[in-house]
Amino acid sequence: MNQPRRPRRTTTLALTLALGSALLASACGGGGGFEEESASSAPASASGPVDLKMLFGSSGDAETDAVKAAADAWAKKTGNKVTVTVASDMNQQLAQGFASGNPPDVFYMDASQYANYAKDGSLYPYADQIEDNEDFYEPLRETFTYEGKQYCVPKDFSTLALQINTDAWQKAGLTDADVPKTWVDLTTVAKKLTTGGQVGLGLSTGIDRVGVFVVQNGGWWVNEDGTKATGSNTEVREALAYVQKNVKEGQFAFAPDLDSGWGGEAFGTGKAAMTIEGNWIKGALEKDYADVKYKTVELPEGPEGKGTLSFTVCWGVSTDSKAQAQAVDLVKSLTSVEQQLAFADAFGVIPSRQSAAEQYQQKFPEDAAFIAGADYGHGPINRPGLDQVIADINSKLENLKGANLEQVLKSFDTNAQSALEK
Amino acid sequence: MSTVQTAAGPSTGRAPQRAPGKGGAQRQTTAGWIFTTPVLVLLGLFLFIPILMALWVSFTDWTGRGSPFSSNVETVGTENYQALLTQEGLSRQDFMTSLRNTFYYVVGVVPTQTVLALLLAVIVNQKFLKGRTFFRTAFYFPAVVSSVAISLVFLFLFTGTGAVNQFLAVLGIDGPTWFSDARGLIHIVGDWLGLWTIDSPPSGLADTQVMSLSLWEWVSGPSVAMSAIMLQVIWTTAGTFMLMFLAALQDLPTEVEEAAMVDGANRWQRFRNVTVPHLRPTILLVITLGVIGTWQVFDQMYVMTQGGPSKTTLTPAYLSYDAAFTQKQWGEGAAMAFLLFALIFALTSLQRFVLRDKDEAATRKAARVQARAARRKGTAA
Repeated sequence: MNQPRRPRRTTTLALTLALGSALLASACGGGGGFEEESASSAPASASGPVDLKMLFGSSGDAETDAVKAAADAWAKKTGNKVTVTVASDMNQQLAQGFASGNPPDVFYMDASQYANYAKDGSLYPYADQIEDNEDFYEPLRETFTYEGKQYCVPKDFSTLALQINTDAWQKAGLTDADVPKTWVDLTTVAKKLTTGGQVGLGLSTGIDRVGVFVVQNGGWWVNEDGTKATGSNTEVREALAYVQKNVKEGQFAFAPDLDSGWGGEAFGTGKAAMTIEGNWIKGALEKDYADVKYKTVELPEGPEGKGTLSFTVCWGVSTDSKAQAQAVDLVKSLTSVEQQLAFADAFGVIPSRQSAAEQYQQKFPEDAAFIAGADYGHGPINRPGLDQVIADINSKLENLKGANLEQVLKSFDTNAQSALEK
Repeated sequence: MSTVQTAAGPSTGRAPQRAPGKGGAQRQTTAGWIFTTPVLVLLGLFLFIPILMALWVSFTDWTGRGSPFSSNVETVGTENYQALLTQEGLSRQDFMTSLRNTFYYVVGVVPTQTVLALLLAVIVNQKFLKGRTFFRTAFYFPAVVSSVAISLVFLFLFTGTGAVNQFLAVLGIDGPTWFSDARGLIHIVGDWLGLWTIDSPPSGLADTQVMSLSLWEWVSGPSVAMSAIMLQVIWTTAGTFMLMFLAALQDLPTEVEEAAMVDGANRWQRFRNVTVPHLRPTILLVITLGVIGTWQVFDQMYVMTQGGPSKTTLTPAYLSYDAAFTQKQWGEGAAMAFLLFALIFALTSLQRFVLRDKDEAATRKAARVQARAARRKGTAA
């Protein structure tokens, strides 16, 4: 029994190795075909009708249907085909596409992720091919600029503004004249609005919300050209200290402490009389808390004037696309004034073109505060490789109340600096 | 494939001279290989090659664009591993945080779920228990429900105003807002006992840094949020392991138990000296599977907390995913996966060694010594 065992085992090993290496060789061979092509501004244009792949993350059926309809309309007009895929996990599916060397041609590209993709050459810079590129709001174009080059055009945007629960407002004896204009005003009204089960201002956590105070105080997390971390500057620290003081005194609170996932939920459930959110709060309140009466006003000014944060997503076109010309043409049609207004109707986004502002405002007068923010809104930190650093400071600011600001900001600067120098 | 030919070549050439029995054995081997080829190909394609590819990626600066084997992907040596282990920085800090969290998670979950599973198995194995089938199904039920669905239910149960807190309120306890509470259990207990106050930790602990985390952070214990996840995992997996114990218990011959009874052993003695020794291999299996599964925990974090609050539910598996897909640090993500593999491998080996059957090991050692002595005698002769 024992004798044949030994030779058989060697055969097993040899076979496994042979099989393994053969398979590995074929796998490498398959991947070897993708060598990076240098991004040129002359678009790759496939002749004849093309089949474009489009990937986007949808907020719901309304958005899915509207985007599909718009893509189909373009396909019908031009004789091409567009295969639309709704991503369930946008980051992951996009990453998979690029890793396979077969990415979607057109896709949603979030401003906070954009720099990573621009840096590694995944994005095809097509903004210079859009004739009326200047029509897009300047801060938004700035957001999608990496090392002096604008890569893509924003599909829509929103800015942060102040939502006020009008019932709570009246109950506290406040009038339209009391709408806060300064930080001092904000603290005053927040104090008046703070009652037993309700705080004055409820905020989502993280720098995407407290960042408005930083901007209003003339600060930012990195310097203009993104070479230096500036979190320890007085402007940033003072702004956070203002929020911290109000949280300690009890008139501001963060959503988790109000047993809510985000500011909108705290606002909807009446645990906060005011919150700072973008226009996405409209749909959310309509859906879950339809009976909440509220209005949206511009954020109060800080010591250094007006300031807010803008959030935007652009239409990315991949460098690896075989039909870039057609993809850019599709993007042109998707970002036209008419199309953007149609999207606004369907799923409540704000057009990214200045020429659409007037029509939009007529239709949705209650959104004036969001649109006003477009002129002075600050985009997200758009330097590559900072995700980890931002996630770190966000996790530390979850407990802003007890945080040692100096220490938090110093460690942000250290971490951000080493990431910026990479 | 050439190896196969050389292995098979000479034997077919010599086949006519061979005894017919041997040729048959060879044919059987070939047939065996043919039958196992589909599985080998599948395993190779979906297990072996991806692992090798990931190993390669962990030594490169691949950004996730195109093939990791293309010429513009550069190898960076062990840089990714260094960033996680030896270099001061955010990568190491996050990785160490995730190891700390998971350590407390494993220490909390594995013993509890093993004991609970054994207890449940003993209960439902009683012959005179009414509604045995019902209880067996009820205990096993959580294991067959998708962990994503259960996670969502737990999110609702453990909200600040959820069922759990309302129940606690009845008992006069003011429950925490579970999934947003980052305080560590050991910190909380120390605070109760008056050893320290959470808001101003003792400077001896807070100022000593070990591997990018202060001692104070190392000894935090699982956060309240992590504890809620631990409760959920214990509840879901205990059923699966109960089934394993149950199968082993039913293997236990009644005669042995009866013999113990005749010898005058009471219930506890029978459990301690008859049942548990009989279950030893199963206990080893359950603990091994438990340790491996808990170190790899991912779905609960992905669905429920995404690593928050304050990174206290970050685990190596989730961090590896996040590093690769969100931060596009594929090399670091892959390196984390291999470090986790090494850790699990080491722990499992250690545990096998500690829990090995000492009698059997002794017998085997004696047999080896004997065999060696016999061989020496043989060569001498």
